[in-house]
Amino acid sequence: MQIWLILGVILLLAAYGYQRGKGGALAAVSGDASQLHSLPSYHGAYVALWAAIPALIACVIWLSAEHQIIEALVVSGLSAESQALEPQRLALLMSDIRNLSSGDIVRADPSLEVQAAAARYTELASISLYAKFAVIAALSAICLFFAKKRIAGQFRARNRVERIVRYIMIAASVIAILTTIGLVLSLLFEAWRFFLRVPFHDFLFGTHWSPQTAIRADQVGASGSFGAIPIFAGTLLITLIAMLIAVPLGLFSAIYMSEYASPRARGAIKPLLEVLAGVPTVVYGLFAALTVGPYVRGFGESFGIDASSESALAAGLVMGVMIIPFVSSLSDDVINAVPQTLRDGSYALGATQSETIRQVVLPAALPGIVGAVLLAVSRAIGETMIVVMAAGLAANLTANPFEAVTTVTVQIVTLLVGDQEFDSSKTLAAFALGLVLFFVTLALNIIALKVVRKYREKYD
Amino acid sequence: MLDSETNSATIADPKVVCRDVSVSYSGKQALFDIDLDIGSHQVTSLIGPSGCGKSTFLRCMNRMNDVIDGCVVTGSISVDGVEILDDEIDAVQLRRRVGMVFQKPNPFPKSIYDNIAYGPRIHGLVRGKDELDEVVQTSLERAGLWEEVKDRLLQPGTGLSGGQQQRLCIARAIAVRPDVILMDEPCSALDPIATARVEELIDELKRSYSIVIVTHSMQQAARVSQRTAFFHLGIVVEVGETEQIFTNPRDERTQGYITGRYG
Ligand SMILES: Nc1ncnc2c1ncn2[C@@H]1O[C@H](COP(=O)(O)OP(=O)(O)O)[C@@H](O)[C@H]1O
Ligand SMILES: [Mg+2]
Repeated sequence: MQIWLILGVILLLAAYGYQRGKGGALAAVSGDASQLHSLPSYHGAYVALWAAIPALIACVIWLSAEHQIIEALVVSGLSAESQALEPQRLALLMSDIRNLSSGDIVRADPSLEVQAAAARYTELASISLYAKFAVIAALSAICLFFAKKRIAGQFRARNRVERIVRYIMIAASVIAILTTIGLVLSLLFEAWRFFLRVPFHDFLFGTHWSPQTAIRADQVGASGSFGAIPIFAGTLLITLIAMLIAVPLGLFSAIYMSEYASPRARGAIKPLLEVLAGVPTVVYGLFAALTVGPYVRGFGESFGIDASSESALAAGLVMGVMIIPFVSSLSDDVINAVPQTLRDGSYALGATQSETIRQVVLPAALPGIVGAVLLAVSRAIGETMIVVMAAGLAANLTANPFEAVTTVTVQIVTLLVGDQEFDSSKTLAAFALGLVLFFVTLALNIIALKVVRKYREKYD
Repeated sequence: MLDSETNSATIADPKVVCRDVSVSYSGKQALFDIDLDIGSHQVTSLIGPSGCGKSTFLRCMNRMNDVIDGCVVTGSISVDGVEILDDEIDAVQLRRRVGMVFQKPNPFPKSIYDNIAYGPRIHGLVRGKDELDEVVQTSLERAGLWEEVKDRLLQPGTGLSGGQQQRLCIARAIAVRPDVILMDEPCSALDPIATARVEELIDELKRSYSIVIVTHSMQQAARVSQRTAFFHLGIVVEVGETEQIFTNPRDERTQGYITGRYG
């Protein structure tokens, strides 16, 4: 509520600044706009941006620091006894105080201390509200005033606006990058906590995975075991099956589309493949679990192989189909990027079309195709829904595609779903797996993009 | 059709004979009833302003127009007396005998050796590695490139300079032992020194091959060719001995073009 009010005020000031800047610029040259260095609207935009941006930044900083500061102040006013509570108890106490202050129902009859603290909390919050309002409005007005003062006939408002816009763009990308860094840091931190409990090499090279830790000491199977090799092997097995499907089919359809298909056929097929790429993976998962899985089991049984209905083969097959459009559209792009002059050169030597494709076009496109395949592999490794639904949970260390296996993503999901303590080895293991997944896919993507880029440079 | 008084479209000992050749792209006509003979063991140059149909005409002679969607060629073209516009004729085989060099050097992204060996390999022209080595060497020698690349045959052809790349493409074309070589502005992407080398090479090659070259440079046409045909708006305006065309053009459009009034 208050945030909308503040934003409204900033917006109003900015609009006012725009008019003042525009008017001021025209006034500076007594109405003759041709004498201005920049169009009047640039002067207006310059003042408006100054009125809005510092105030917005202040607003964001204030809002993100407000709670911590108020709570620290409230805590410092509590009795020494309460301050000495363990962090979790203290957090509970604080939430009582907050609830009381906001008028929500409190769990029990509040003690006097809590009531006093709640009153203090209310008071601080309202001080903060007014101060925030005053400071931000004042900041906006002051910036507006100084920006307006700079307006003159020869003032380079256009260049200034350009620069401010550039900073806004930079800020946007910095936010994206910082988020990624934060993500990696949180992964690293939680994974580090896991490795404090489970040795690194036990995790990376252990061959037994059963993450059930006991909640009570008298339970059976209490210890929990975190050897991740079966999970990595399962992931690789499914990825391999998927790539065996996706690479030939995707590549051949790309070759057909870019070299053989008439423009009309191409116009029909390409969108169809793109539709395939847009199907939500959960739908593929259903297909894998309910249609392909039982079929694979029946198929295995008819050969006397003992197959389970959740199998690596079912998940891998469907995942391969899911990735076909990915491979084909990327390969289609790189094949199309091979210059026509190379094909002409080959035809002019009396080569047929298939000779040209095999011996000139594909070798020229090869680095790009390798890049496409690597990107597809990283997609396959990170794919979750299909394997959750069709690959199973059993961490079998096997190369038999008819058996159920499990993957990194499946384990992360199962480790974190449901009621969990957030600092047990079991949940922390999910972060360790996530970290591995992150670095593997990151490495694959970097290599793939490098390969693709190198290839692009060659034909510019 | 040509006016026989002002033109000598026919010659005594032709390698390629073109009669009534018309070409249209998706219904839009680009060439109109071209009559032109290409002499054996000489260089014929095609000149004319951009878009007048020189490249189109060149591509008729090795049926590279087949590759272009919507392109229709009519009339008659015979090479050594054999009609090549006939559907019976295998365009792929024809292109082995009528080679082509393009405006922009287009070496394959393969080694220098493999660039030359490509044609002989797909046509099965050689038996064994020794014979292939020999073809590669003689082709490079004839293209005047051997000395420059003999120590780096296995490095990529795309790593050569522009002029070297173009000579590599010429070597690649002669490696399949064609009868006719078509060159579409082969020097337009090259610097003057590389151009001079390629011109020398063309002069050399005419002893063994019949060459047709499209060029925008009057000097180049005058230097390398024995016969010149002037194209304008899809017709051959004038064709004759190069010397006659440049010193004593009979048509005023030819005169206008070679003296630089348009083009
Ligand atoms: N692939 C093509 N598709 C459609 N029109 C073409 C194509 N190639 C050439 N043309 C047309 O044919 C005419 C002759 O072109 P071209 O033979 O390339 O001329 P030149 O080589 O003399 O500059 C031009 O009008 C051009 O627009
Ligand atoms: Mg041309």
